[in-house]
Amino acid sequence: MSQTFDDISHQLKRRHRKSARLKWMSMGALGLAGLFLLWFFSDMLNKGLPAFQQAYVQAEMHYSEEASKDGRKAIDKALVPVVSRTEVRGIPLMLRNNPDMIGDRETRWLLANSQVDQYLKDHRHKLSGNEVATVDNLVESGQVALKFNRAFFTQGDSKIAESAGILSAVVGTVMTMIVTLAIAFPIGVMTAIYLEEFAPDNRFTQAIEININNLAAIPSILFGLLGLAIFINFFGVPRSSPLAGGMTLALMTLPVIIISTRTALRSVPDSIRHAAFGVGCSRWQVVRDHVLPLAMPGIMTGSIIGLAQAMGETAPLIIVGMVAFIPDVGASFTNAATVLPAQIFTWASEPDQAFVEKTAGGILVLLSILIFLNASAVVLRKKFERRW
Amino acid sequence: MQTNQLLLIFCTVLLLLGLVAFFVGRKKASRVRASGAAMYAQPDQYAWFAVLSTAGPAVLVGAVGSFALLLLGADIPPLYLLAASLVVAAAGLAVGVTQVKPQFHARQAIERVIRWILAGAALISIFTTFGILFSIISEALRFFQMHSFWDFITGTTWNPGASFLASAGRGDGGGAEFGSVPLFAGTFMITLIAMLVAVPVGLMSAIYMSEYAPRRVRTIAKPVLEVLAGIPTVVYGFFAAITVAPIIVNIAGFFGLDASYNNAVAPGVVMGIMIIPFISSLSDDVINAVPDSMRQGSLALGMTKGETIRDVVIPAALPGIISASLLGMSRALGETMIVVMAAGMRPNLTANPLEDMTTVTVRIVAALTGDQEFASAETLSAFALGLVLFAVTLTLNLVSVLMIRRFREKYRVNNL
Repeated sequence: MSQTFDDISHQLKRRHRKSARLKWMSMGALGLAGLFLLWFFSDMLNKGLPAFQQAYVQAEMHYSEEASKDGRKAIDKALVPVVSRTEVRGIPLMLRNNPDMIGDRETRWLLANSQVDQYLKDHRHKLSGNEVATVDNLVESGQVALKFNRAFFTQGDSKIAESAGILSAVVGTVMTMIVTLAIAFPIGVMTAIYLEEFAPDNRFTQAIEININNLAAIPSILFGLLGLAIFINFFGVPRSSPLAGGMTLALMTLPVIIISTRTALRSVPDSIRHAAFGVGCSRWQVVRDHVLPLAMPGIMTGSIIGLAQAMGETAPLIIVGMVAFIPDVGASFTNAATVLPAQIFTWASEPDQAFVEKTAGGILVLLSILIFLNASAVVLRKKFERRW
Repeated sequence: MQTNQLLLIFCTVLLLLGLVAFFVGRKKASRVRASGAAMYAQPDQYAWFAVLSTAGPAVLVGAVGSFALLLLGADIPPLYLLAASLVVAAAGLAVGVTQVKPQFHARQAIERVIRWILAGAALISIFTTFGILFSIISEALRFFQMHSFWDFITGTTWNPGASFLASAGRGDGGGAEFGSVPLFAGTFMITLIAMLVAVPVGLMSAIYMSEYAPRRVRTIAKPVLEVLAGIPTVVYGFFAAITVAPIIVNIAGFFGLDASYNNAVAPGVVMGIMIIPFISSLSDDVINAVPDSMRQGSLALGMTKGETIRDVVIPAALPGIISASLLGMSRALGETMIVVMAAGMRPNLTANPLEDMTTVTVRIVAALTGDQEFASAETLSAFALGLVLFAVTLTLNLVSVLMIRRFREKYRVNNL
């Protein structure tokens, strides 16, 4: 025997140490992924939460004759550099439409401009020393304060940071998702029913199945190319419209809905079908009255997940032109619109520092919607899940 | 008259005719049944058949007619089309109502129609694939008529330059070069970085979850990892550009290296993190599917748990793990938003990941978001790039499917 007892036990120890190392390493890998998630969310919250607050200025408005020509004359001269341009810009028009308001006075909270806002939030700002002193004084007297940012939720896009809001993007998202669901849900469920309940097992069926799995793995940007070439150039669907974007996204969501619907249909036990056939139902009656109602919770869960996926998608929408600048909120299927992720993309490329927090704020809104959707899918599954 | 007005008239009249068909059909069927004749179907089924025979042919005529009108440029006045389809609807109504006879199998007739409708829905997915192929190939062919395929594949300079002027009738488009090598080099560099992050972390997480983790940890960790895949890519792009890229620049600066803010590392790493769940989830399933008898045999021979995993379980699961990695890779190649926001725009043929470089998807987006004529070479080049992207990701997916099928057959697993 060439190895002594000590050698062997030494070797064994080493082997066990190695084995333990693998365990710690694999645990570390999972921990790393978790840590990243924590870092990511805390970074987003850190950057995005300030966007829900905005600096407002309390101003004495005096709608004088001069103010109907130059809106800046309506407020105290000292406040002009502090107040947002968008607030004073509308005054002449407002006075022209309501001439009896001329001469009135009122006290209002106006949006401050983004530099003041950034200064109050301790971010990088471009205020001069004089302006900083003015703002400090106003803060002291309570005339400038951070308040809940209403404009962010009630206004459309703007090139001026302080009055840029997500409402037009939210409306665009809703319109686009309506189109997407209206197309993808019926077609997806019908396809799945055909494949699971009706189709004979032949070449044609196999071709459809392979094709669906393949569609699920095609890069999303290629769906955008399809939308551009077929829907917009060939069928003449208006560019940038929720109709074009929704149709493109519908094709992308289709495989998700088909695959989850098939799983849901498959989980309905055959005994149910046999019983229904046994009392004389035709195939369609079996599906409509027995299989489909039992599979519905699963189908809904899958559709919600598909919807959440479509809602976060950006690349194909950029290709079909849904990155438009949409300052007005309007719900239409055929006019140019933008969606939340596309709005985030546009804001992310704005050079103005104040847009960084707007972008992160938009991201927080998007993430909350997605988390809500996914959570409701989980709840739905938990509530209606049946084990046969 | 406007198209939507015509459509509105068509829908209203059709709806009315459908209602008439339903109630007349049901009434007649009830009457026949009340007279004592034994019928093959229920009155409601006869009614529904009448509705189908009213609406089906009319919608078909309307759809075919408007297709010919809009796309083939056929010269049919829209009013005639409307009238024709409504006449067909009325004829269908008559047929449907006369078919209400005891010996007619209304239920089977409905069944057949529904079957065709469902099969038609299933065809849409096939049409989608063909649509993608057709749109990409036809536009790519137009591009290859302007610029040679060989230059596209082997050229090392990507410079669309003034090509948009040529299509506007100014200049000759000279100086424009479409050599895609730098784009593919950038794409593969970023994909490589992503895989270097995703494969080790994803695989190790899968090993931990399937071999070590207690059930409680597993039920929490799996959905948490899935969250990574659910975050929209535009959000990852923002994160890569705003948070990760400056950190990379700082780290590189600490080592005395000069990094660009659009370096390839930041999008690569973030993309890798996005792909982790794709790899960990499938690997986890595959490792779980490796039969326990193999583990028991190995442990019985005196191997430690770590050795069992490394020398027995992983080699057995290898086809599945490779398949998962290929799927992840095809995700990375086609990923758009992260690179659009965090990688550079400049085609740059370099091996240094700290420099800015661009990718295929970035150029596709850049080519299609400008205000150029659709027929310009730069716009069409997007489709040529899309064609290559399609071919590469399709191959990767097919290989991945084949690998997983081989694994499944070897161990007779059905749930993968």
